[in-house]
Amino acid sequence: MSNAPKAPAAAGRATTKKELPEHLKSYKHVWVFVEQERGQAHPVSWELMGAGRTLANKLGVDLAAVVIGAKNEQTQSVLHEAFCYGADLAYLVADDLLKDYRNESYTKALTDLVNLYKPEILLLGATTLGRDLAGSVATTLLTGLTADCTELDVDAEGSLAATRPTFGGSLLCTIFTLNYRPQMATVRPRVMPMPDRVEKLVGRVIEHPLGLVEDDIVTKVLAFLPDRESSKSNLAFADVVVAGGVGLGSPENFQLVRQLASVLGAEYGCSRPLVQKGWVSSDRQIGQTGKTIRPKLYIAAGISGAIQHRVGVEGADYILAINTDKNAPIFDFAHLGVVSDAVRLLPALTEAFSKRLSPHQRDRLAS
Amino acid sequence: MHIVVCMKQVPDSAQIRVHPVTNTIMRQGVPTIINPYDLFAIEEALRLRDQFGGEVTVLTMGPPSAEDSLRKALSFGVDRAVLLTDRFFAGADTLATTYALATALRKIGAEFGAPDIVFTGKQTIDGDTAQVGPGVAKRLGFIQLTYVSRINSVDVDKRLIEVERRAEGGVQQLQSRLPCLITILEGVNEIRVGSLTDALKAARAKLVRWSAQDAGVEDITKCGLRGSPTIVKKVFAPQPRAKKAEFIELGDKPGEALVEALFQRQTNLESALEKLARGY
Ligand SMILES: Cc1cc2nc3c(=O)[nH]c(=O)nc-3n(C[C@H](O)[C@H](O)[C@H](O)COP(=O)(O)OP(=O)(O)OC[C@H]3O[C@@H](n4cnc5c(N)ncnc54)[C@H](O)[C@@H]3O)c2cc1C
Ligand SMILES: Nc1ncnc2c1ncn2[C@@H]1O[C@H](COP(=O)(O)O)[C@@H](O)[C@H]1O
Repeated sequence: MSNAPKAPAAAGRATTKKELPEHLKSYKHVWVFVEQERGQAHPVSWELMGAGRTLANKLGVDLAAVVIGAKNEQTQSVLHEAFCYGADLAYLVADDLLKDYRNESYTKALTDLVNLYKPEILLLGATTLGRDLAGSVATTLLTGLTADCTELDVDAEGSLAATRPTFGGSLLCTIFTLNYRPQMATVRPRVMPMPDRVEKLVGRVIEHPLGLVEDDIVTKVLAFLPDRESSKSNLAFADVVVAGGVGLGSPENFQLVRQLASVLGAEYGCSRPLVQKGWVSSDRQIGQTGKTIRPKLYIAAGISGAIQHRVGVEGADYILAINTDKNAPIFDFAHLGVVSDAVRLLPALTEAFSKRLSPHQRDRLAS
Repeated sequence: MHIVVCMKQVPDSAQIRVHPVTNTIMRQGVPTIINPYDLFAIEEALRLRDQFGGEVTVLTMGPPSAEDSLRKALSFGVDRAVLLTDRFFAGADTLATTYALATALRKIGAEFGAPDIVFTGKQTIDGDTAQVGPGVAKRLGFIQLTYVSRINSVDVDKRLIEVERRAEGGVQQLQSRLPCLITILEGVNEIRVGSLTDALKAARAKLVRWSAQDAGVEDITKCGLRGSPTIVKKVFAPQPRAKKAEFIELGDKPGEALVEALFQRQTNLESALEKLARGY
């Protein structure tokens, strides 16, 4: 009895596609929920617009952005951005009660829109906000929801094929929501590439009222404490990432990863076991249950390349792997491989880079 | 106060192996554990009970063998354990899971007192969707508070609760009402070592064991595989990249050789790195 991904035993039954019930046939078009918290659109929404565009084109339907927020300029500017990232039209629920994210009010806004305008596909970011909202909306609508997808496609019959890692293990599975609408999926930030922004005017906007007063909403926001800038790592957006895994052997050796990262002006990261061991803080974990990265260069030292790690780094342009085991799975998806002891190679690499890149760095390192 | 914790027994999945030929999961002999994220929920529930009095009930939907995890929970000092087990529940996705759990929670309310708070973990390590909590809340009509990192206050008489919740880019301080469903963030507490008395009790305790019918399920077609809108069509191993990594030998100046090899293959990299290293 597992949740979302079910045992492969389901496969036999699943291949028999039933005719969509009559009342669901009118569900058309691809929607992306544009997430904003306190007036700022989350980049994952634009990444989803890119993915949504491909789906909409394959299906020959429209791509719509759903914007929910306070009735103010910030919401207007998010709406404008949605068109710049490819929306054909937008649905808007603007009300000052929607200034802060609250489950009750946002669930009402989004389910009302779905019931009224009937999308066939609804995509949300797998952020704390997106997951909070998607779970409520899918249960209210009694439809299927596939969480944390790594790939989205439509099959020959026009159904959404949502692929995600499964069994916490070495497998991927493709999940369909055949006889229910909308077909809902969430995708984590940085999993899909960021599409180009093209300046556009605001196009067709369909506005819908929220239909609530403050007294209808039980939960009150007492305060919002923003994260301190300094405590945020820029791992997800870094151009170069250096990461270490269990193969480094000790927390002291993990310093070698930090030193190389520092010389490169890069961010550092790690595999999950190092977080569990307490060597590295959890915001540095890369992979399915950590951050997804899309750097130009990823250097992985002493990391075996398990699927949960792999799905977090596959968007990298170029992967260099250092591992003592030439059969380690990481070499199946790295571009350049060195079979070597990372504990010895990393310092040599750090020194070589610092000499090559900027002489004053070398001086600093020596002092 | 009556607090119910939903927990799941999961395979210690770091140890799951895939059959190299048939590509199926080899579950035999894989040890099972309480979903690690659910331990934080259990501990938080026990702390509230210690503070306010009342009872903690744990609920799991799973195979008969999930009894092991329920006993483990009892050994931490939980008061009551409910096992929801029936072949009709097999193959449930999140929607079908929340239907079964919500039904059982109503029955728990009727039999042992209405819950003031239902806890779930943030997510499971096998299903890994973080959706069961929100789904159960919706079905029960409970206020949903997800990613809660701290419970600041509970006023049982006034039915008020104040929590801190992890949001994007910051922390929300929320005031809400009981009854509510809380999904608790990892790392907020540490599960206690149960007392010897609790350990002894746990071994002998009678579990509450419910079938679908016992739990009051009215529509069996909403359970298990039949009640699941999502369908797994294909399970597969990730494709190796068309090309495996190019292996290089480094010789006696390994650092220099590797830097050179990288810059030869990625010609734009050198100038990009130079800029980064200077801190632009
Ligand atoms: C639900 C779930 C979610 C998960 N999420 C994540 C996640 O988000 N991110 C993640 O990373 N993992 C995740 N994991 C864990 C994942 O399955 C692996 O266990 C983990 O990635 C392995 O980490 P590792 O490569 O550092 O260690 P290992 O697999 O132990 O690999 C160590 C590697 O180092 C090599 N080595 C040893 N000595 C040296 C040396 N001196 N120099 C160079 N190489 C050496 C070895 O050959 C080996 O390949 C998750 C697991 C589960 C079940
Ligand atoms: N079968 C189940 N029985 C009881 N609780 C569950 C079950 N499945 C999931 N949960 C709870 O829901 C949370 C989220 O699970 P998931 O949506 O699978 O990530 C878990 O941490 C558990 O607390």
